[in-house]
Amino acid sequence: MAAIILSARGLSKHYDGIKAVEAVDFDLQAGQIHALIGPNGAGKTTFVSLLSGRIPPSAGRITFDGADITKLPAHERVARGIAYTFQITSIYANLPVFDNVALAIQRKGSRTLRADTMAALARVGLDPMADQIAGTLAYGHQRLLEIAMGLSMDPKLLILDEPTQGLANAEIDAFNTLIRAVTPKTTVLLIEHNMDVVMDLADQITVLNFGETLATGTPAEIRANPAVQSAYLGG
Amino acid sequence: MTRAIALHLAVLALLFAAQFILPPYHHTNIARIMVLAVFAMGYNIAFGYTGLLSLGHALFFATGLYATGLGIELWGLPAAPALVLGLLAGGAIAAATGVLALRTGGVSFMIVTLMFAQAGYLTILYFGSYTRGDEGFVIARAARSLGPLDLSSDTPRYFAALILFALGLLANLALVRSRLGRAMVAMRENEERSRMLGYNPFKVKLTALVISGLYAGAAGAAYGVLFGYVGASFAAIQYSIMPLLYVLLGGAGTTLGPFLGALLMFYLIDLSSGVTTAHLFVVGAALLVLVLFAPKGILGWLRDRGAKWLP
Ligand SMILES: Nc1ncnc2c1ncn2[C@@H]1O[C@H](COP(=O)(O)OP(=O)(O)O)[C@@H](O)[C@H]1O
Ligand SMILES: [Mg+2]
Repeated sequence: MAAIILSARGLSKHYDGIKAVEAVDFDLQAGQIHALIGPNGAGKTTFVSLLSGRIPPSAGRITFDGADITKLPAHERVARGIAYTFQITSIYANLPVFDNVALAIQRKGSRTLRADTMAALARVGLDPMADQIAGTLAYGHQRLLEIAMGLSMDPKLLILDEPTQGLANAEIDAFNTLIRAVTPKTTVLLIEHNMDVVMDLADQITVLNFGETLATGTPAEIRANPAVQSAYLGG
Repeated sequence: MTRAIALHLAVLALLFAAQFILPPYHHTNIARIMVLAVFAMGYNIAFGYTGLLSLGHALFFATGLYATGLGIELWGLPAAPALVLGLLAGGAIAAATGVLALRTGGVSFMIVTLMFAQAGYLTILYFGSYTRGDEGFVIARAARSLGPLDLSSDTPRYFAALILFALGLLANLALVRSRLGRAMVAMRENEERSRMLGYNPFKVKLTALVISGLYAGAAGAAYGVLFGYVGASFAAIQYSIMPLLYVLLGGAGTTLGPFLGALLMFYLIDLSSGVTTAHLFVVGAALLVLVLFAPKGILGWLRDRGAKWLP
């Protein structure tokens, strides 16, 4: 069995009365692609936001790479290698595409910032649009930019929140190839509604429902799980 | 790229040449405007680039002014170390203000900086036996010289103001093209995103505020030595609003906006107070026109209309 790169114990987030995430235990194996699925409002975004430090938990502990990071602020988690891409595209809409990715790269102290940035853009095919203002890109391209920002941080763990939402089929294929290429060097935690993408990419799947873990297993196990079928896959 | 550098050098060359043709009255005015533009450039680094809407920059300006003025008057410092003292004092007070004020954001940041500046103003009045309060004091002419340059006479004064302005402008240009400059803009544009890219917002904003304070401190220090007067009115709220107006008029987040805004506003007030006593009305009308037709200021307006290369 591979090493565990991240684990959560008893992780909870309550919003006055709403148990968005409730006592989740979770292990992420290094080098794998792990998909997080579940119906809308299941707590997926909240859960990964807790992991990335974007919001503080109500209870529970998180360890990453052997260290307790529960109390670390988000930017220090990034420094340790956790990258997060937003479900609702969060780019610098008024800045050029180039600057969006350069911001992700320069923090690591690159000596060849321009070349590295152009290479990162080329990976998602956005290099011809480097000088465009990011907010003027088509929606699908903005999603790709968001993904490029995450990838170009060269993280140990890349968390993607519904990255393929709004992408065309050809772009989804390119996305799959891209994500496969970064593993096993990078571990990927992927929230995804498109079941084709999930079944295609994931080594492991965790199903969340009403803030709790419903099941964890390989794609085949999840597909065969009757509880999952009734709750999510729609029988 | 090089177009931007050429434009900045051309502005500096024009200002250099202007001293030979300007009549004495405007000669002094432009020297004053260049010093105030350095103050506004500092303000712009915090407000225009980093998105920190401060209402307390009079504190940083006055700190530079008083550190230099009192350094000369009380401790008998020569002008050069007194100027350096003013610069550093401006940065230090900005750091102290930032450590506390940057725990808040938005409207609370405005209020906290305003309160700090008010506290500074009252402190100056409180220690009236040293500062002479509202009345202020004059820096002795003999102390206002750098080496062979007598900074109280027109030509050396203009030259000194130009040197300070040139250093401030070129450093500003270098800053906004640097990685730090990009990170500052990132705070203004999307702080949440920046945090998730690994930037510590507090650190980036504090750095910007300290640089801003160094500019304001340097401007205050130079103002004292070049024009020879130190008074509490420079710590009052008007001197916090003034750089904001300059920046809004010239274009927030542009390197040349603060100078352009200072130049236009100065002469707008100067010319209008010649014909009417209601010059505040003229300022108000100018701002109204600006908000309606060019909310990003003059250079921001130009940048949106094709001059994308304007830094
Ligand atoms: N900031 C918030 N304030 C209050 N409730 C929230 C907040 N964020 C999420 N929730 C609630 O938490 C639950 C889980 O939301 P979310 O994590 O976005 O689900 P998912 O990503 O699985 O669709 C939902 O009921 C949602 O309304
Ligand atoms: Mg979600």
